[in-house]
Amino acid sequence: MQPTSASFKSNARAALTDRALQSALADLQAGFVARRAAVKSRLPEFEALREEGRDIRDHALANLDVYLEIYEERASAAGAKVHWAATAEDARRIVLDICREVGARLVTKGKSMISEEIALNAHLEAAGLEVVETDLGEYLLQIRRESPSHIIAPAIHLTMDQIEADFRRRHVHLARERKLADPVRLVDEARQVLREKFIRADVGITGANFLVAETGSSIIVTNEGNGDLTQSLARVHVVIASIDKVVPTLEDAAALLRLLARSATGQEFTAYTTISTGPRRPSDPDGPQAYHVVLLDNGRSELLGTPFREVLRCIRCGACMNHCPVYSAVGGQAYGWVYPGPIGAVLTPLLLGIERAGHLPNASTFCGRCESVCPVKIPLTRLMRHHRETEFEERRQRPLQRLALKAWAFLARHPGLYHVSARFLIVFLSALGRSRGAFRWLPFAGGWTRHRDFPAPQGRTFQQLWAEHQRGVSR
Amino acid sequence: MPEPLPQRPRVGLFITCLVDLLRPSIGFAAVRLLQEAGCEVTVPLAQTCCGQPAYNSGDRRDAAALARQTITAFAGFDYVVAPSGSCAGMLRLHYPRLLADDPEWAGKARAFAERVHELVSFLVDVRGLERVAARCEGRTTYHDSCSGLRELGIKDQPRRLLNSVAGLELVEMADAEVCCGFGGTFAVKYPEISNAMVQKKTDNAVAAAPHMLLAGDLGCLLNIAGKLRRERRPIAVRHVAEVLAGELADPPIGEPPAGS
Repeated sequence: MQPTSASFKSNARAALTDRALQSALADLQAGFVARRAAVKSRLPEFEALREEGRDIRDHALANLDVYLEIYEERASAAGAKVHWAATAEDARRIVLDICREVGARLVTKGKSMISEEIALNAHLEAAGLEVVETDLGEYLLQIRRESPSHIIAPAIHLTMDQIEADFRRRHVHLARERKLADPVRLVDEARQVLREKFIRADVGITGANFLVAETGSSIIVTNEGNGDLTQSLARVHVVIASIDKVVPTLEDAAALLRLLARSATGQEFTAYTTISTGPRRPSDPDGPQAYHVVLLDNGRSELLGTPFREVLRCIRCGACMNHCPVYSAVGGQAYGWVYPGPIGAVLTPLLLGIERAGHLPNASTFCGRCESVCPVKIPLTRLMRHHRETEFEERRQRPLQRLALKAWAFLARHPGLYHVSARFLIVFLSALGRSRGAFRWLPFAGGWTRHRDFPAPQGRTFQQLWAEHQRGVSR
Repeated sequence: MPEPLPQRPRVGLFITCLVDLLRPSIGFAAVRLLQEAGCEVTVPLAQTCCGQPAYNSGDRRDAAALARQTITAFAGFDYVVAPSGSCAGMLRLHYPRLLADDPEWAGKARAFAERVHELVSFLVDVRGLERVAARCEGRTTYHDSCSGLRELGIKDQPRRLLNSVAGLELVEMADAEVCCGFGGTFAVKYPEISNAMVQKKTDNAVAAAPHMLLAGDLGCLLNIAGKLRRERRPIAVRHVAEVLAGELADPPIGEPPAGS
């Protein structure tokens, strides 16, 4: 998908006036936040578990080369074919080659953010393959040709009416007079349509929530079971995962899974947790004949030695966006690419370049709610600020904005001058506004006064009054 | 009369730029509360702003210069107290980070940070204040400012003291812990998003039907008061220190003086 992060501001404006989106956001946000709080309250050691999660991820990242090698060795020993992809283009090519090699025509897909990141569907479709998303949310987005608005609930912005209309438009082979106007019927219909795809699929592509070095396994979690059908019914299973997904042991993965489900959906565990190690063995009743793993770097290894390393701890639970007041105002699509919310505000500029995504780390009040819920304690506000520092160093801010900041900083660094200027400014402003208590309009602050009044100053600065007070006291 | 406290700590009041410029009455309320808690209060003239506008705009150099200026201005006090969780958080948590790589200042910044407190948490946690003598009639709700809440752990302290105010009935609004959308320059750079956020805040406030809304940060209060006033909602907005100190002579934030 073509990133539109650069037009975040206009994306956001459109989102704010989109009624369907706003009502979907309000419901979903409240649901996720309340469910996480409830499940957390039932686990007294949750905070300790967060620390453990952070340490597991930090250790894995600090020794990433070692664990990736162990992973490759063990996975290969189990019969996996491991491919290394330095770039998105490499990954797309590798996947397409696998599909061509086995003469694939139909490809089913479980939900994978990496597949979104490398825009895999478009690439496979351009090569003549039929590609079907099997996660219900992703399926909806695919038939609407939209990008996901949330990393774990990609279609949360859609209403039931929109979905019904899409199904009627798309599933023309089904009876026109069928009833569809409730969630159960919609799910039934999706299941009916997808089941046939699962059975016919040549290649099934899934992501990976974790890769386990000790066993050479990949793990996926779903609530729909679509991932299992995708990977076990197709002849060939392809896992695409970024290199940061590796953890040392199954026990580490288990700790992270406990954090993941609670942080993501407020569940104690997801409905399906599937561990795959290699293709079908002779004694297995089912499973794919071949099992490939495509390991994508796409700039991540370059982050390891930088202050941004901590962003690679992310386990993609979505808690940061669920709790983000900016995300909850504008939704995920306004962020203009694959990763929305606070994690996107840090990750997108790293993957696309700050020049294409500079708005994202700036559109934050630094309220810190994201990092207070992050299961692996990524310092999201610090990393967003770091992007702003890069922008400042590279002089990317608008000149007027920079000039204003510099002028203010000059004054603030000269207290004598600052206090005299402050006095004049306040006398002037309060002469204009004091009698009404607030301004309905102020020059250079149109953004503020378009939506709210600006309270007028009380008349004189504290320092001025305090000096008089002190003189009065000492007299 | 309680026994006078054995020691009289010297407190430097970090007044904050917003209070200095826009609402000095908060500063006087803070001085009164600190003095009543047995502190000797001084307001250094060499202070201006904590540096957040620079720090949060990516301008580390100016932010660090302001950090050094503030640390110097407040040398020699037992405590540095600010009527703002946001500024106190900057001084306490971010100055040491900002100056961590400066061999001359890193140690000073850490020592300084240990002495910094937000006003209400200082009164409760450091000075052991359990109640205040103030009176203020009416249903009151409290907005938890982000930095105070999440950086400094300020949640119960203001509520405990407010519950001791005669006549005051504390009611909680929904999502009291969610950001009001101020965010310093955010409010001007992303006005529509900021507006959507403050709209949710004022909707929640109105639903709780209070006479008064309080918080510990003037930035949030300007934003919330400005929105309530634009919507002509009759909710008085004040800094928590004004109520705790019984300094209610000035009109609430954003309202005209009586008689005009």
